[in-house]
Amino acid sequence: MSYAGKTLHIDLTSGKVETKPLNMELAKEFIGGIGLGMRLLFDHSKPGTDPFSPKNPMIFVTGPLSGTMAPSAGNSYAVVSKSPATGGIAESKAHGFFGADLKRAGYDAVIITGKSEKLIYVFIDDDSVQLMDAERLKGKSSHETEEAIKEELGDYYVRVMSIGEAGEKLVRVACALNDEFRAIGRTGMGAVMGSKNLKAVAVRGTKDVNVANLEEFKEFIKMIHERMKGPKTRKYRTLGTPENVLVLNALAALPTRNFTQATFEGAEKVSGEYLNERYIKKIIGCATCGMRCDHIAFVPEGPYKGTTARVEFECLWALGPNCGVDHLDAVIEAISQCNYYGLDGISTGVIVGFAMDCYEHGLLTKKDTEGLDLRFGNPEALVEMVKRIGSRKGWLGDVLAEGTMRAAEKIGKGAVKYANHIKGLELPGYDLRGLKTAALGFAVSFRGACHLRSGAYSPDVKGSVDRFKLEKGRGKIVMDLEDQYNVIDSLILCKFSRGVYYDGLKDMAKYYTLATGIKMTAEKLILAGERINNIARLFNIREGKGTREYDTLPPKIMTVPIPDEGIAKGSCVNQKEFDVGLDDYYEVRGWTKDGIPTVEKLNELGLNDFAYIVKGKIEKSKKGAK
Amino acid sequence: MPATHARKFVSADPNKCVGCAVCEYACSMVKEKTYNPTKSRIRTVRLNPFANLAVTCRLCEDPPCVAACPRDALTQSEETGIIMVDEDACNGCGWCIEACDYGAVMLHPETKVVYICDLCQDQGKPQCIEWCPEGALELVTTDILAQKARRSIVRKLFQEAMKAVPV
Repeated sequence: MSYAGKTLHIDLTSGKVETKPLNMELAKEFIGGIGLGMRLLFDHSKPGTDPFSPKNPMIFVTGPLSGTMAPSAGNSYAVVSKSPATGGIAESKAHGFFGADLKRAGYDAVIITGKSEKLIYVFIDDDSVQLMDAERLKGKSSHETEEAIKEELGDYYVRVMSIGEAGEKLVRVACALNDEFRAIGRTGMGAVMGSKNLKAVAVRGTKDVNVANLEEFKEFIKMIHERMKGPKTRKYRTLGTPENVLVLNALAALPTRNFTQATFEGAEKVSGEYLNERYIKKIIGCATCGMRCDHIAFVPEGPYKGTTARVEFECLWALGPNCGVDHLDAVIEAISQCNYYGLDGISTGVIVGFAMDCYEHGLLTKKDTEGLDLRFGNPEALVEMVKRIGSRKGWLGDVLAEGTMRAAEKIGKGAVKYANHIKGLELPGYDLRGLKTAALGFAVSFRGACHLRSGAYSPDVKGSVDRFKLEKGRGKIVMDLEDQYNVIDSLILCKFSRGVYYDGLKDMAKYYTLATGIKMTAEKLILAGERINNIARLFNIREGKGTREYDTLPPKIMTVPIPDEGIAKGSCVNQKEFDVGLDDYYEVRGWTKDGIPTVEKLNELGLNDFAYIVKGKIEKSKKGAK
Repeated sequence: MPATHARKFVSADPNKCVGCAVCEYACSMVKEKTYNPTKSRIRTVRLNPFANLAVTCRLCEDPPCVAACPRDALTQSEETGIIMVDEDACNGCGWCIEACDYGAVMLHPETKVVYICDLCQDQGKPQCIEWCPEGALELVTTDILAQKARRSIVRKLFQEAMKAVPV
C-alpha cells in the first residue's frame, strides 16, 4: 500500500509537532497531490486569512505513487496554500528527488502553520522533526542553501527545498526550488514560506515504500519505461519544450513584447534548435525517471560565460521573446538569476515585459528606472530588472515585486492596459488572441493564468478546432481537459509523461490500484478530477474570488488585435464570444451563470458539506438577475 | 577457474548516466521487494548537473574489504569474483566500508550487516542494467574497460588529426 497513512503537523509559532493518521476516505476521494492538498486546506484554514498570515497553512502533499519506482511520479510532491499573488487557491508541483524522500520519511502530507521568530529550516528525518537555525542562510540562493544544509547535516542524500532572497522579502511571485532546478514555481509559494520565516525544508526518508501488487506494478512500470522511449516523449528527450518557440512562431501564437506582436523576428536566435546546438551540455533526469528532460544550458563565452541553468520553453519565452530579447546568453543569465533569487520565471518575465511596455509608452521614465534604459530588447536591462525584482531593490523593483496586477495599480496612468495576468497570475507563453480554446481555459483556471491547468492550447495548436473562434462546445473540451489534469496533478504524474498513458484514465486507474490496492476505475478517477475542480472553485468563492467577474482575460487579449501580417492578423477575443465560451463552460460544469457550483452539483460530487459556501451566493446572484 | 581478468562487474558510463537513480529503485525492488534507495547495492551521485554517476562494487582483484574484515566475514568467490558476506560472522563494524574506495560496501539499515552487489546471481543478470533507461550501465571486465578507453582516445586523436589535415 503506497499511501504512508500519516500526516505531519508543524506549528512554527509554538514549535509543536504532531502526527495524525491520514483520513483514508479523503485520500480515496481526492487521490493525493493537489486534490488532497486542497481538501486539507479547507480543514486547516479560515475564510479571509491573509496569505502572509501565520494562520495561512502551507501544505506539502505527496501522491499515492511518490516514493515508488513509478517513472515521473515516484519523485513528486505538491504544495497547496492560499496564494499571495491571486488571493485564491495556490497549488504547484515539483519533481526531482525531494518528493520521494518526503514519502519515505512516512508522510502523505505535511501541514505547516504559524511563523517562526527567527529564520529557520525544518529538518524532517523520518520520525524526527527539528526546527533548525537558518539565520546564517539569510539572503542565500536555493542552491547555496541546499549545499549548506547538506554540509551541516553531513549527508549528501538529504533533499532540500528552499527559498532565496525573493521569498524572504515576500516577493509575490517567489518560488521555492528543490534539487537545484526543480521549482514549486507558480502562485508565490516561496513568499508564503518567507512569511513564515521558513528558509527551507530538508528531508531524509529511509523507510520502505511498498506497493500493493509488486509483480504487476513492476510489469506496468516496465511498460511505461518502454513507452517513454517512444514517440510520445520525443519532444522532451530531444529539443525539449523550447521546441515550441518556432512552432508557436509559425502559428503566430508566440507572444512578443508583452503581447504586442504574436511573432518574433528574433525567434531563430532563441529557438530550441539553436539552444541545443550551442548551449545544452547535458540532459539529466529526476529520480525514477529515465525519460530525462532537464536540458541544462551552459553559456560558453561572453559576459555571462559559465552561467548554468535548466531551460524550458516557458521561462525562455517570458524572459526572451516576451521582453523582445533575442540574446540567448542574456536569457539564460536571466533564468539563472530567477533561480538565484528564487523567482517564478514565467511571472518574472511577464512582469519585466510589462515594465518595458510601460517604459516604451512613457508610463515609466528613466527617473523611475534609476537610469536603466528599459526598452524592449535590452538584454542588460532584462538581467538588471530580474535582480531588482528578486531583491525588491529601488522603487521600481519593489513595485514590480508585487506582481503585474498590483504593480499596474501602483503605477497608475492606465498601466492596467499592459498588465497581462488573470486573477493576479501572469500569463504563460501562448498568445490567447489566436488560441481561443486556450483563452477560455486560462480564464477559468482556478489558480489564475496557467497553461498547465488544462492544456487547453492543445486543440488549438493541433488544429482540431478553429482556434480563431470561441463557440459552443469549447466548454466541454476545457472541462474534460481540466478534470484530467486534476487527476494527473493529484497522482502527481509529470505532464511531460502524459502521452505515455495510451489508455488515458484507464491506465492511470490501473496504476493507482496496483500501487494502493484500492479499486479504481477511469470513471471514478474523472469524477475525482471534477470533484477537485469544484473544491478549488469553492475555495476561491469562499475567499470572494471565485465568480464570473474573476474569470477574465487581460485587456490586450480582448482589445488589441494581432498586428502581424499573416494567418492570425486581426485576431483578438471579443466580449461576445468570450461570454458564449463562459456560458458554455459553466453550463457543462453544472454551475450557475455566475460561475457558482449548484447545490445539486455539490451533492452529486459528495461535496455536500460545502454547500454553505454557495447557498447565499446563489440566492444573491438570482436576486441580482431579477 | 576462469582468468581473474574475465570477472565482470557493473560499471556506469559517465557520458550516459543522467543520475535518475532508476538503478537504485530497481535494486531495492529486486533484492528487497520494496522501493527504498537506502537499501540499494548501487548508488548514484550527482555532484552537479553535468557530473552524474552510479557506483557499485567493482569486484577488485585484491579486495581491500575482504582484507579489512577482522572477523573473516567477507570472502571473494574464486569463480565469479563476487564478495560474499557471512551474515552471521559480520557484526557491522564498518572496517570494510572504510576500506572500500568506491563506497560500494554499505551497512544494511535493517539487518545491520554489510551488503554488496552480487550481480543479481539469482536473477541471471544484474537488474539495474536491465532497467537503466539510458543504457548507461554495462557488465564489463577490466579488459573491456581498457579496450573502450583505447577506442575512445584513438577516436579523439584522429579527430584532432583530421582537423590538422590541410584542405
